Formats: sequence, structure tokens, C-alpha cells
Amino acid sequence: MKIRRILLLLVLGLVFWAGGGGYGAWAGVPIPDLDIGQGGHCVADPLYMRLNHMNLLIHQRDQTVRQGIRGGPYSLAVCVDCHASKVNHSVLGTSRNFCQGCHEYVSVRIDCFECHSSEPRNTKAMITGQSRVVKESLK
Amino acid sequence: MKTPANLQRRSFMSQGTALTATVAIAPGVMLYDYARARPAGEAASSAVRWGMLIDTTRCATGCDACVKACNRENGLSGETRPTDSQWMRKVDLVQEGTGRKISLPMMCQHCADPPCVDVCPTAASFKRADGIVLVDKHRCIGCRYCMMACPYKARSFVHEPVTDHSGHTPRGQGTVESCTLCVHRVDQGQSPACVEACAGEGKEAILFGNLNDPNSPISRRLHEVSSVKLRDDLGLNTGISFVGL
Repeated sequence: MKIRRILLLLVLGLVFWAGGGGYGAWAGVPIPDLDIGQGGHCVADPLYMRLNHMNLLIHQRDQTVRQGIRGGPYSLAVCVDCHASKVNHSVLGTSRNFCQGCHEYVSVRIDCFECHSSEPRNTKAMITGQSRVVKESLK
Repeated sequence: MKTPANLQRRSFMSQGTALTATVAIAPGVMLYDYARARPAGEAASSAVRWGMLIDTTRCATGCDACVKACNRENGLSGETRPTDSQWMRKVDLVQEGTGRKISLPMMCQHCADPPCVDVCPTAASFKRADGIVLVDKHRCIGCRYCMMACPYKARSFVHEPVTDHSGHTPRGQGTVESCTLCVHRVDQGQSPACVEACAGEGKEAILFGNLNDPNSPISRRLHEVSSVKLRDDLGLNTGISFVGL
């Protein structure tokens, strides 16, 4: 199992390295074409995040749920806030969406969003705010 | 957590009284303000024990503002079919003989020695250091043993896939859930949604606060008036107490 895991990481690393570096020789390897949403400066180096985001998330999630430690940097909500597509306001939906796209590519099933919201926190406030304005203008 | 993991059944009943007594005989340092949010990065502490005092003489029959607020806050449908989640219910009682009517809200009683935690095979059901009883849904396998163990019928099982994640509480199919004492609000220094809604109705039947702080409004009120814990004979030392039952 350990060897398979190392191999997977190696392949993933190579693929992303090739994609990110824009090496023409690797043009034959298909890489996911992702909509990274807002993007910008991530909570850690992108390559580190690609390989370790799941460990960071699980560690912080257990601390938050069981010990009540809040405000850590590696929350799922923070991922979603930055990486939700500006097209459909979600990290899921199509093979271009940030979470779904990459997990589809590496054949990993994510069950985070069976319970957690896949939409950024401010969108809902925006939508409710807008509908309130519309309702009030109808009065 | 202070409660020993290897609590013997034999000492279980006496433990309940001992814990109650500790609250009374330890007028120690006040480590916590009622309305102060815990700073980011700080864990919940056993110096605090959150609880509620529900005054049934202020609770009106037919008023379900608390239940509605709970449903809204936590993204519950508010339907009451057998497969729908109910974290909070209104219960109407009639006293035999006198015909005296009482109305009260019922939910998780946040026991100091919760049976749901005792029976959980995966340690998903747990009590946080500040006395809030929760389900870690990442661990819950949906066996529903806790639902059978709870004497208050406070827990619900999520039967259907959850599509609307608009609530502040992550909820998902195949897991058990119950009142979280609005842990997300409490951690920010707010009171639970039901408490706020009840006050909004002008009733103020639910008093929320730190039972471990002898100077908190709830502790002072508990010191003054006669109150009962439901099924106190079970020795669970619930965090919720009632006035006027």
C-alpha cells in the first residue's frame, strides 16, 4: 500500500509539476483544466496543498468538532470561499469545478459535500440580500 | 474531561449527586464571561458547563417560536413525519386530577453522564469539555444505538440525502443528530437560537448560561427557585433544568 501511495504521489507531482511549469515535452499528458475561482494566495504553497490538503483538513476538523478549537487556517469553508467557480458559485458541478474536477481526474470520491456546503459563505448572504431587495421593491 | 472513563455502574448513581454537589460547593474563580466569545485557537474548557433553565410558567401553549428558530438555524425542514429530524419539540402536559396544563420545549438534555456516549461503538457520540453533547458525524456509522439509549428521545436519524446546506450545521444522510446547544453560536459568545427566539417573543422562558460560574444569571436563579431535572432518578445530571413542573 505504501509503495502504491508513493507512486501515486510521484505521478501526481510529476503531472502537476509538468502542467505548472508548462513543459512542452509533457504536452501529451492530459491535465485537468480547472476553474480555480478567485484563486490568489493560498494558505500554503500550492504544490504542498495538492499533496497534503486532506491531512490538513482532517487534522483541523477533528480539533474543531471534538475540542471546539475554532478559527484555524485550514477549514473547508475557506477552500470553498476562494475556489468556488464564478460561473456556478460552487466547487462542484462540472469537470472544470475545482474540487470535482481534480478528484475526478485522480479517481477519488469526496464525500465532504454530502454534509458541507459547496458554495462560498458570502454567496448565500448576497442572494438572500438581493431577494430581500427585490421583495421590498415589489411592495 | 473530568469524568472517569471507567465509571462503574455501582458508583454511577452516587456520582450524579456528587457532581451536583461540586457545583454548589465550589464558588471558585470565575473563569468565564457569559457573553464572551472564546478566542480563535482556544479549546472548549471544562471550567465551563453550559446549561439551560426553562421556566414552564412563562412558556405558552401553542407558541413554537423556539422550535421554528431551531429549524431555521440548523437547516431542518420542520416537517414531523417519522423520518424527519426533530431537534426540539413542544410538549403539552395535563396534570392528572387538577387538570393543570403545562407546555414546555423538549430537546437533548446535555447530560453530564450521557447514555448516548456510553453506548456509541465508534466514539462518534461525545461530550465536549464544556458539557455540550454532540455527534461527530465524521465517525457516526448510523447504527442508532444512541437513539435507543437516550431516555429523552432527543436524537434523530437523517434518512434522506440532504440537499440544502444552508444551515450553520453540517448535516448528512446516514448519521444521527440532535440539539447541539447551537455550539457554533455559543463558541462566538452568542446564546442558542431558541433562547433568542423565546426572548424575541417577550417570554424569556429559557435562561442559558454557565452552570460552573456561581455568579452567572442561571446559577443565581437555580440557587433561588425550585427546579427539577427530567428523570433525575436516572442520575444523568442533565444540563437542562425546569421550573414549574
